[in-house]
Amino acid sequence: MSIVPEDLAYSAEHEWVSGDTDEGVEVTVGITEHAAEALGDIVYVEAPRVGDTVIAGEVCGELESTKAVSEMYSPVSGTVTAVNEALESSPETINADAYGEGWIFKVELSEDAPDLLDAEAYAATIA
Amino acid sequence: MADAPLHSPLHAQHVALGATIVPFAGWEMPVRYTGDIAEHSAVRTAAGLFDLSHMGEIAVRGDDAAAFLDFALVGRISAVALWGAKYTMLCTPEGGVIDDLIVYRRDWDHFVIVANAANKDVVVAELASRLGGFDAALEDISSDIALIAVQGPRAEGIVARMCTRGADDIVAMRYYTAANVLLDGDIHAFAARTGYTGEDGFELFVNAADAAAVWGLALATGEEDGLIPCGLSSRDTLRLEAGMPLYGQELTRETTPFDAGLGRIVAFGTAANPRGDFVGREALLRAKVEGSARVLVGLTGDGRRAARSGYAVVDADGAPVGVVTSGAPSPTLGRPIAMAYVPPTLAEPGTTVGIDVRGRREEMTVVALPFYSRAS
Repeated sequence: MSIVPEDLAYSAEHEWVSGDTDEGVEVTVGITEHAAEALGDIVYVEAPRVGDTVIAGEVCGELESTKAVSEMYSPVSGTVTAVNEALESSPETINADAYGEGWIFKVELSEDAPDLLDAEAYAATIA
Repeated sequence: MADAPLHSPLHAQHVALGATIVPFAGWEMPVRYTGDIAEHSAVRTAAGLFDLSHMGEIAVRGDDAAAFLDFALVGRISAVALWGAKYTMLCTPEGGVIDDLIVYRRDWDHFVIVANAANKDVVVAELASRLGGFDAALEDISSDIALIAVQGPRAEGIVARMCTRGADDIVAMRYYTAANVLLDGDIHAFAARTGYTGEDGFELFVNAADAAAVWGLALATGEEDGLIPCGLSSRDTLRLEAGMPLYGQELTRETTPFDAGLGRIVAFGTAANPRGDFVGREALLRAKVEGSARVLVGLTGDGRRAARSGYAVVDADGAPVGVVTSGAPSPTLGRPIAMAYVPPTLAEPGTTVGIDVRGRREEMTVVALPFYSRAS
């Protein structure tokens, strides 16, 4: 059973969001340990670029492992303010530390994100 | 209602090792234990241990066993030496591939055929339909047999040390031959120097009841050499790097062995050494003479987005001209590799082709297969 930290919010597409999810706030986004384990060793991350607009529920990038490729859906709407450049050379960081050093991008929210799941509800979807 | 998934006799071992278990051809099998790249690298540099108990095993016995297989399969099985192995195919009368197989000669009148798990029942039924007039009997022994593979440059030493009898045979054994050995005291194993990884290695056929003991022995014996258990995911990238076809991807009923670049395994015989009739002969001879409308090629890319099975090969205008059958980021080469069917005009090594990778064109270059060959 993979770890689902209590203090994060989650999308049904296996992204996590840290921070308050109110309009104007900057949040950090990554994929869950469960998603990373399902993909296997991640060898390439195509993240959105700083300044890009992302929309909750829409594709914003790709994650590629030796085994498979998966589209990445933005869990929130807003403007990308930062991208984890370290993943360019070390994408395996997502497998090693999905909730920490393996963060993928940061977004300044253009609207509240009320539909995200809490840890308990997300854990139930992957049980 | 779908049938309940089948489990290997080693299922409990896989669960205890923390493997990620996935559905595969009606089975639940380990896709990985630790990580795909670590498992792949272990096989390239040291050794990996695979449970292949999902594969089908079919015994063929009888005075006409060799003559029957000569008729039923595209290879000349009667020419296989005692304890020899041969890669061959079961084809339709139209020359399409029903399955690719390895046939082992266990005695002059006794063969064991290894078939893909997904095709096993079809292979048994198709062989049975070709049996008329031959003094030979088929037996599906799949559930009695566990197949455990030790693959990698350290495999020879590990398997030799697992033997209480036959260690010298393991060391002396040539590729695609086999021998009976005793493991761990009194466990009988048919040990074949075959595999699907592009490395040296062995496949051990043991009774299902002995599977756990042999698996444990292999892990304990191989630990000092860096052997780790490996799942289906690494098996797929290993075989892809080695340019080996996978049924359902490179091989289907719509492809002939010639399309797949494997025409050499079809034995038509010669004037000096004629061969009798076999199923598919006429169609396959036509396929050989006429040439293929599409041929299997290797592709490598300089980018990072890998072509995957089913993606279109496209021309300069984006129109589809071929299809990718397998593709992945190569752990050994560090770049995307793929196999694809393309028209012969695009098959020359060095040709640049486009691949539609989820709506964006990526360029790849045709290269000779395999992508990886072990140092010999």
